[in-house]
Amino acid sequence: MSDKQEKYWSPYVAGFVLGLVLLATFFVMGRGLGASGAMMRVVTYAVDTVSPEHVDGNVYFAKYAGGEQNPLNNWLVFEVIGVVVGGLLSGLLAGRLKWKTDKGPNISTTGRLLFAFAGGGLMGFGARLAKGCTSGQALSGGATLALGSWAFMFTMFAAGYAVAYFVKKQWI
Amino acid sequence: MFAPLYKYGLFGAEVSLVVAFVLGILFGFTLERAGFSSSRKLAMQFYFRDMTVLKVMFTAIVTAMVGILYLNLTDILDISLIYLNPTYLAPQVAGGVVMGIGFVIGGYCPGTSLVASAIGKIDGFVYIFGALFGMLVFGELFPLFQDFSTSGFIGDATLMQWLGFSPGTVAFLVILMALGMFWGAEIIEKKYAEKEQEAVPENETTREPDATRTFKTVQA
Repeated sequence: MSDKQEKYWSPYVAGFVLGLVLLATFFVMGRGLGASGAMMRVVTYAVDTVSPEHVDGNVYFAKYAGGEQNPLNNWLVFEVIGVVVGGLLSGLLAGRLKWKTDKGPNISTTGRLLFAFAGGGLMGFGARLAKGCTSGQALSGGATLALGSWAFMFTMFAAGYAVAYFVKKQWI
Repeated sequence: MFAPLYKYGLFGAEVSLVVAFVLGILFGFTLERAGFSSSRKLAMQFYFRDMTVLKVMFTAIVTAMVGILYLNLTDILDISLIYLNPTYLAPQVAGGVVMGIGFVIGGYCPGTSLVASAIGKIDGFVYIFGALFGMLVFGELFPLFQDFSTSGFIGDATLMQWLGFSPGTVAFLVILMALGMFWGAEIIEKKYAEKEQEAVPENETTREPDATRTFKTVQA
């Protein structure tokens, strides 16, 4: 890490700003923020490009891209494009743009990337099962005090803590 | 009441996509500034070394929650027009378990992986491909899960209904819980920082004695 790199915000400041962004989203749109829903739409778009019949024949894909629907013409998709731009902007201003793989000292880069793929796969699958991810369920549903979102949030963190010991080598 | 602005017809569907893009920029910028573009920082949450995730999440939830309730109380925001995540207890708990395991293995959640990739994290890109693959598998196997994915349906259930308290009381309890967790997080971080300080070899501990107390500034 270079010394020129700008420090992260204090967690409480970042949380307060994030809360205001979330509040603004509810105030302007009447809905919360999300991430995994947009990813699902990208997947559906890809499947739809390869085989529209396959999409129409599957209830889940058809929900996003049945018939003439374009799965990418959606609020969440535009929000997520913004997320990437916003992240890039912050990284640029903070001097953090750099090709890099984050990992602990006791794992090879290849090992870390295998874990990243496997973890991503579980998260993608789980997010569709839970009907949302950390953004759409825990954050947005948490702020609106939705019962299922709180149940989701606590089980997610409990499960993370429960298995953390077994992948300790990856991080520490 | 005149908000949510979109629901009151202030602008149409096309403008809403521009709004989405702008709100997304703010969201992504904040996530990156919080440090969520680093999988290691996120994962350290699960080893009690860095409780940033907990602090950021609960500060954000409390801020937005209080804001929503206040704007509703002052007749500005109609709460009944706000989207409430429907509760499907069984799939949400099961999904939570799968995601928690995925979180500590993958190091990111879907939103943070996007921000990480945006600043060049290779594990972020790989994580995204993994997530897309996981979603493809879910879609393909959906007929097997169809019944389960709608089980435990309680509809628009809230913590208020579950606990039988007013929104104000629940909000107060959430704030108390958040403050309790922040307090615990500070203590636990300090404890681990001291432990690591002891583990550092002699020649590296050349700091002033007082500087060791403010671990936040030396940790980075």
